[in-house]
Amino acid sequence: MLAFIIRRIGQALVVLLAVGFVSFSMFKFMGDPLENLLGQEATMSDRAELAERLGLNDPIVVQYTRYLTRVLDGNLGISYRAGLPVGKIILERLPATLELAFLSGVLAIGVGITFGIYTAIHRDGIITNAIMTISLIGVSLPTFLIGVFLIWAFAVNLDWLPAFGRGPTGNFLGMELAIVTWGGFKSMILPAVTLGLYQMTLIMRLVRSEMQEVLRADFIRFARARGLSERAINFRHALKNTLVPVITVTGLQLGSIIAFAIITETVFQWPGVGLLFINAISFVDIPVMSAYLLLVGTIFVFINLIVDLLYFGIDPRLGPTGGEGRHRA
Amino acid sequence: MLSTRNCDNAVSVSPILTVSDLIVEFPTRKGILRPVDRVGFEIDPGEILGIVGESGAGKSMCGSAIVGLIDRPGRIGGGEISLSGQRIDNLSNDRMRRIRGKKIGMVFQDPLRSLDPLKTVGDQIVETIRTHLPVSAAEARRRAVAALEEVGIPAAANRIDAWPHQFSGGMCQRVVIALALAAEPALIIADEPTTALDVSVQAQIMALLKRLCRGRGTAVMLITHDMGVIAETTDRVAVLYAGRLAEIGPTRDVLSNPSHPYTIGLMTSTPKPTGGIERLSQISGAMPSLRDIPKGCAFSPRCGRAFAPCYRNIPVLEPAARTEVACWLYDEEYAKDAANLEGTGHD
Repeated sequence: MLAFIIRRIGQALVVLLAVGFVSFSMFKFMGDPLENLLGQEATMSDRAELAERLGLNDPIVVQYTRYLTRVLDGNLGISYRAGLPVGKIILERLPATLELAFLSGVLAIGVGITFGIYTAIHRDGIITNAIMTISLIGVSLPTFLIGVFLIWAFAVNLDWLPAFGRGPTGNFLGMELAIVTWGGFKSMILPAVTLGLYQMTLIMRLVRSEMQEVLRADFIRFARARGLSERAINFRHALKNTLVPVITVTGLQLGSIIAFAIITETVFQWPGVGLLFINAISFVDIPVMSAYLLLVGTIFVFINLIVDLLYFGIDPRLGPTGGEGRHRA
Repeated sequence: MLSTRNCDNAVSVSPILTVSDLIVEFPTRKGILRPVDRVGFEIDPGEILGIVGESGAGKSMCGSAIVGLIDRPGRIGGGEISLSGQRIDNLSNDRMRRIRGKKIGMVFQDPLRSLDPLKTVGDQIVETIRTHLPVSAAEARRRAVAALEEVGIPAAANRIDAWPHQFSGGMCQRVVIALALAAEPALIIADEPTTALDVSVQAQIMALLKRLCRGRGTAVMLITHDMGVIAETTDRVAVLYAGRLAEIGPTRDVLSNPSHPYTIGLMTSTPKPTGGIERLSQISGAMPSLRDIPKGCAFSPRCGRAFAPCYRNIPVLEPAARTEVACWLYDEEYAKDAANLEGTGHD
């Protein structure tokens, strides 16, 4: 198992290096840094001198290594637009995105798994059919449309919840979070639902189909023959076996909740890193874009790593005495 | 080895399981199919009854019906099932659940897939014991170790915390047997318990099952298509064909002196352990699909001795030489006709 973890971390590092390279190359290929710095009036010799001074003539590998050392030092560059260190800007914005992603993740997993189990066990009830029909909307409507619709319904017409913004924040564990204040929490509900709805329905449909599959398995039949209660069969045996494939997808979905918060944050003007990224694009603020890419890449790799390790906690066949590798399906 | 039924003067024991006129139905778009059609038999306490038949003859469906585990949309369409004199075919799901595992244990074909892969074997035995018996967790665990020892798992006290994937097929089936016997049921329904196992392990598992059940006086309904297993293990045997009971009787008699033409065909197509090299015959044709069971006797189109009534009416079980047979050849009324027909050189 240790060997697996080490190998898996090694793989993660390789992926991170590749992501880092893409971030790095954004500086090289998107726009001309010399022109940005010197303006159009500069002479060729000015350009050559600056390029030499900035080390732009060195081999790519050398430049990339220099970039990596800089990033690992926590220096992500200076935002072209704000003139502030990118690391600082992102750190300021990150809590907003993380708490939003956290709430939608909890919603998506909680509601998704609950409804998934319910619809798997009660296959043809009225409630099941209703849930399944509504969930179709969740998977098929684009996020921004759902967001706009929710604003129209709950903010404009019913006036229950704020239409945009983050509301007041409170200090929690050294971070400024909206979720700890009532007003902030209220402002979070609509964006969180918007952001998590797709994942929620996806998880629900996945749990449902996986669990129905498991409920047809021989060991469930044998569990019935042993006289176990339906409750024990559904929750002690079927659910645990359902979770192995569900965890993979859910992990990836959590990553994409953070990554694709861009749209939701734009719709609700939620001051997180997604909104930061969108604004950075319109100003070609390459250091911010590049840092965002790096951040999202790192989060994805990190979540994948955790998901892989979770398998060990759930599936004994992957343990020290079982076969290795995660692809068993 | 003698079943109580073999001795005429035996005190009549009330059977542990009585199945009479059992019908299992599956409604489909093209009408109702009957994988089990008016099957009746009894199993005495401690007796081992074999159920043989080809794939699709309704053997497993019989077993599922008895424990109330027919997959939907299938249902029991008629007949009665009684366990120790109490009717169980009309019980609620919850009451039936208390009988499953407690009074009727089951063993399935594929041991590797019968166990939950994500629970240790100990957990699974303990939960079965605690479902049916009011014992503490510690006591249940102690019993689980004892149960594993009894089915011949070496170092049971250590192996109890092992996962199913750490066991071989044979060892898994031992665990499954331990599970089936965990709550000391009066009847075990073993559905092809050795089919998925290596040939070398099959005999061990059958011997184990037989030894344990004999030791506890547990009755066994052994569903198989393996004539060797039938010959070695069972007291009586019931032959199913296309969902109907063709012949039932003491194993020795059914094997050596079968009366039903289908059983006869079955026997001559099975190599005898004692016999030398001889050519095996085969029954021509195939068992009809449930969709087009012929009118009259289901075996009639393949039967070399079929005559008029066979194509008209479904035969009922009647005593023949030493067994009970559902065949018009043994019906007194028709017997003469049949004899005449055969006498005139009917093939």
